Amino acid sequence: MSLLAISGLSVGLGGREILRDVALEVGRGEIVALTGESGSGKSMTALAVMGLLPEGAVARGQVRLEGTDLLTQPEEALCRLRGRAMGMIFQEPMTALNPVQTIGDQVAETILIHEGGPRAAARARAAEVLARVGLPGDRVPPSRYPHVLSGGQRQRVGLAMAIALRPGLLIADEPTTALDVTTQAQILALLRDLVADRGMGLLMITHDLAVVGKVADRIVVMEAGRVVESGPARRVMAAPQEPYTRMLFAAARHRVDLPPAPPPVPLLVVEHAVCDYRGGRRLFTHGARVRAVDDVSLTVAKGERVGIVGESGSGKSTLARAILGLAELSAGRITLDGAPVWTGHRPNLAVRRRMQVVFQDPYGSFNPRHRVERIVTEPFHLLDAPPRGAARAAAVARALTDVGLSPEDAERFPHEFSGGQRQRIAIARALITQPDLILFDEAVSALDVSVRAQVLDLVAGLCRRYGLGYLFISHDLTGGRGVTDRGAVMQAGRIVEEGPTEAVFSAPRHAYTRALIAAAPRLPVMEEMAHA
Amino acid sequence: MGAYIAGRLASLVISLAVASVVIFALVEIVPGDPAAYMLGINAAPEAVEALREDLGLDQPKVVRYFDWVAGMLTGDFGTSYTYKAPVAEMVADRIWVSLSLAIYALVLAIAVGIPAGVMAAARRGRAGDVAVMGATQLGIAIPNVWFAMILVFVFAIRLGWFPAGGFPGWEAGAGPALIALTLPAVALALPQAAILARVMRSSLIDMLGEDFIRTARAKGLTRSQVLWRHGLRNALIPVLTILGLQFSFLIAGGIIIEQVFYIPGLGRLIFQAISARDLITVESVVMLLVFAVIVVNFAVDLAYGLIDPRVRLGR
Amino acid sequence: MRGIRIGGTLAGLFVALALISFVWTPWPVDGVDIPNKLLGPSAAHWLGTDHYGRDILSMIMVGARTSIAVAIVAVGIGMGLGIPLGLLAAARAGGLVDEVVMRANDLVFAFPSLVIAILITAVFGASAVNAIIAIGIFNIPVFARLARGAALSLWSRDFILAARVAGKGRTRISVEHILPNIAALMIVQGTIQFSLGILAEAALSYVGLGAQPPVPSWGRMLADAQTMVAIAPHMALFPGLAIVLTVLGLNLLGDGLRDVFDPRLRAVRA
Repeated sequence: MSLLAISGLSVGLGGREILRDVALEVGRGEIVALTGESGSGKSMTALAVMGLLPEGAVARGQVRLEGTDLLTQPEEALCRLRGRAMGMIFQEPMTALNPVQTIGDQVAETILIHEGGPRAAARARAAEVLARVGLPGDRVPPSRYPHVLSGGQRQRVGLAMAIALRPGLLIADEPTTALDVTTQAQILALLRDLVADRGMGLLMITHDLAVVGKVADRIVVMEAGRVVESGPARRVMAAPQEPYTRMLFAAARHRVDLPPAPPPVPLLVVEHAVCDYRGGRRLFTHGARVRAVDDVSLTVAKGERVGIVGESGSGKSTLARAILGLAELSAGRITLDGAPVWTGHRPNLAVRRRMQVVFQDPYGSFNPRHRVERIVTEPFHLLDAPPRGAARAAAVARALTDVGLSPEDAERFPHEFSGGQRQRIAIARALITQPDLILFDEAVSALDVSVRAQVLDLVAGLCRRYGLGYLFISHDLTGGRGVTDRGAVMQAGRIVEEGPTEAVFSAPRHAYTRALIAAAPRLPVMEEMAHA
Repeated sequence: MGAYIAGRLASLVISLAVASVVIFALVEIVPGDPAAYMLGINAAPEAVEALREDLGLDQPKVVRYFDWVAGMLTGDFGTSYTYKAPVAEMVADRIWVSLSLAIYALVLAIAVGIPAGVMAAARRGRAGDVAVMGATQLGIAIPNVWFAMILVFVFAIRLGWFPAGGFPGWEAGAGPALIALTLPAVALALPQAAILARVMRSSLIDMLGEDFIRTARAKGLTRSQVLWRHGLRNALIPVLTILGLQFSFLIAGGIIIEQVFYIPGLGRLIFQAISARDLITVESVVMLLVFAVIVVNFAVDLAYGLIDPRVRLGR
Repeated sequence: MRGIRIGGTLAGLFVALALISFVWTPWPVDGVDIPNKLLGPSAAHWLGTDHYGRDILSMIMVGARTSIAVAIVAVGIGMGLGIPLGLLAAARAGGLVDEVVMRANDLVFAFPSLVIAILITAVFGASAVNAIIAIGIFNIPVFARLARGAALSLWSRDFILAARVAGKGRTRISVEHILPNIAALMIVQGTIQFSLGILAEAALSYVGLGAQPPVPSWGRMLADAQTMVAIAPHMALFPGLAIVLTVLGLNLLGDGLRDVFDPRLRAVRA
């Protein structure tokens, strides 16, 4: 008998069927990865198991945990099972913990709720569990509050709360999505270790197929509320049966067909750039100075595609802002075609009009009250003589056509578009002034893998057509691999390694780069799988 | 926590300093000569001159400001022109009445508003919630002077359960004193209780939507355990801000409600002083009220530190 | 939706009564008619008469003018000064201007507003104009703080960054991108402050520091009624009801508007 057996699970919410006939099993000591793109219903499946579906949702079918059908259990019985027989950790470590309670007390609460007993004993056990998940009391005392911990540490606290009573089943909903790649590797290793150590079953929900490949014994793929394929991890990855699964893996392995780089004529030159910013300002005092960018030099040639990779806090975003003229350098200089981005203490308009940017969040990058036409033409503000009337309409139409949208879309509002389409609108906005350089600031990080592949193809196509050059800024090592000619790795404000992208990947010289590459889960290519 | 308290303390001192300057300046720019203003249009020039000297109006403004502040700090609030009595003494007689009223009303508001808000949040969308929200909508809309008059009409005139006004003093014993203050306190507390209930409800509902509530549910806590152990303490943070503001409303509302019930508190003192053009008394009593409000807000800031470790330990 | 309809109808009714009173009232409000004093509601005097024999319905109609005018101008002062200050502070968040604006705000917030309003009217003389100024001053920090908070959360959004990349300055961005996105919140808060203004005006008039006789005002009608409560409760009942219904209508309207604009908007009732 499996630990967890779901069969015929359907969930309706507000008249819509969001899960249809879902079936999957998790055995003891087994890691099952539940994967799919956003909206596929993978998180809803997990919440249905925990009995934590949103208000008004109705579940039918069977969810058996060690033989007990959870869907027929009354709420009190479910409360006794949660935390004791099944535990769950969530995606957002920053908000998943109670900010006004110490981490020790939050872990001890799991014990007290289910087993009672003296508070001191529960605290002592909580401290042991915290030590087990990598938070030993001498380094991270249980008396700490969540806000002083890092994201990875908080995720460990969440894990400690979930496993304190050694539940048979652990559900992890995107547990590493919000973490840096090195932290991700540590948490994944810890999860695998706990599963092996305690014979727990782990149902891991993740959109990241590379993570799936790294940890899963079995894979369940969902699409639009249904399970489309499931089976042993090795088999599903090597020989997916269903067209949707094949498409998903193909998209994740997708390599963009980038035209060859043009001859090197320097365009953007960053020389010894230093960027400090001040902490919070009070009336009479300034916070401590923080050095975000520390002596960075970088050259981007005309039409060249350069990647910048770094974990959070590496200074890559600050560097991007400095290049765009949004933040002033503390020292050093940045020039475009020989002209400085800043003259005196003012950004140089003549230079700025030759650069544009595409941001990460396809939902936050447009004023929700403006139509696409107004959004896309905003950079015209940089021009001395922006096109008017028919010329303006033609420019909008051309930009929208270039990114695969239709000229009629100009009259619509951003909320009428999907995430991928919005990113196309953002690219259209960046293209409209025909800049020499575009900064892609995590521009595809928030997109589903199939949509990401399409957007990257679009970017490659624009390179072919317009000889577009860009800086591709990403926290994700593999994200920039296929779309850049050269790559730079940033750590703590400095560029620690720079070179042709393939060379950086295949023969990293700096220890940090090597650590990043080792930590990054990689999806094995088909041939490797076949030979294994 | 030390740095936090020091910071709040500095801001307290600055607030008080600015408040005293503003109040002093407001009274200074009274049109014409304050002495003439205080004595009225028919005053003899010699009398005005005598009062000028008496008030120290021949001194430079800066000197008078510092004299006034130094006096307030040492408990000397000046001498009332109309009553020929030290303002400090008149204030001392009345301040306990006003404070008792404000605190009584605050206790009533908390005792009714917080549980009502928690109950409404716990029963969101159901009959209890709708009833509480309807009642608070009305509570906010009713001017408390009018509510006070209704209370007098029903409970004093018709039913005779409570006196229609006046205050026997605490010397008469706690019982009669509390009974005399009950109708005014209820009138004063009504809108505040309604506001507290609404803030409590929306704050708690916000909190119950937070990620850490879902985490706690995943640990096996029941809905009500989650509400009491995790929701409430976090939800109290915005409620505390409102409580601080409310004290200021209770002080201000109190001086008006005192008019309805003929209660000899600071309110009556200040309005009598206004009609008698007794600027020294007005100035000092207003400063005292502002002082009370600023100190309460300081206490609220400290309470934040107790509830929220992010404040206590610095972000 | 229902809130908007009920609230709009109630508030609209009193605005209409105020407007009608400019051309017509059932009885004149400036005459004294002692023989008909303290009459209860009747066919001739729907809401009865006061201690001078004046028609209470007519008094309420004319009094609505005072209340509404005071509240509108006071909200106008608060919005007109508070919103630009808030936008300015947010555009330079963490800068000196921000610091000064926010500290000044904290200070005004810390003052017991009605006490200071009393001081202002006491010093400058009791009049409707001084009441407006006193109430208006305390509306400024409400709007400044709310506008700043809402604007700050917008400033961190990518579309603002995109506008900066397009070379737009802080002022232009504030007007073009920030203001339209916080307008709904400001309107909702405006209705709340409007209702609070009516209550504040009533309180000031009640203690004799608002509109002066012979101009009728709801607050002074309550003050006049107080001594008569035992013999003529209708004198207190009707002006009080007028205040309650107007304020209730405005609050329902504000809540309804908030739900229509965006349920996540956070207006503060302070």
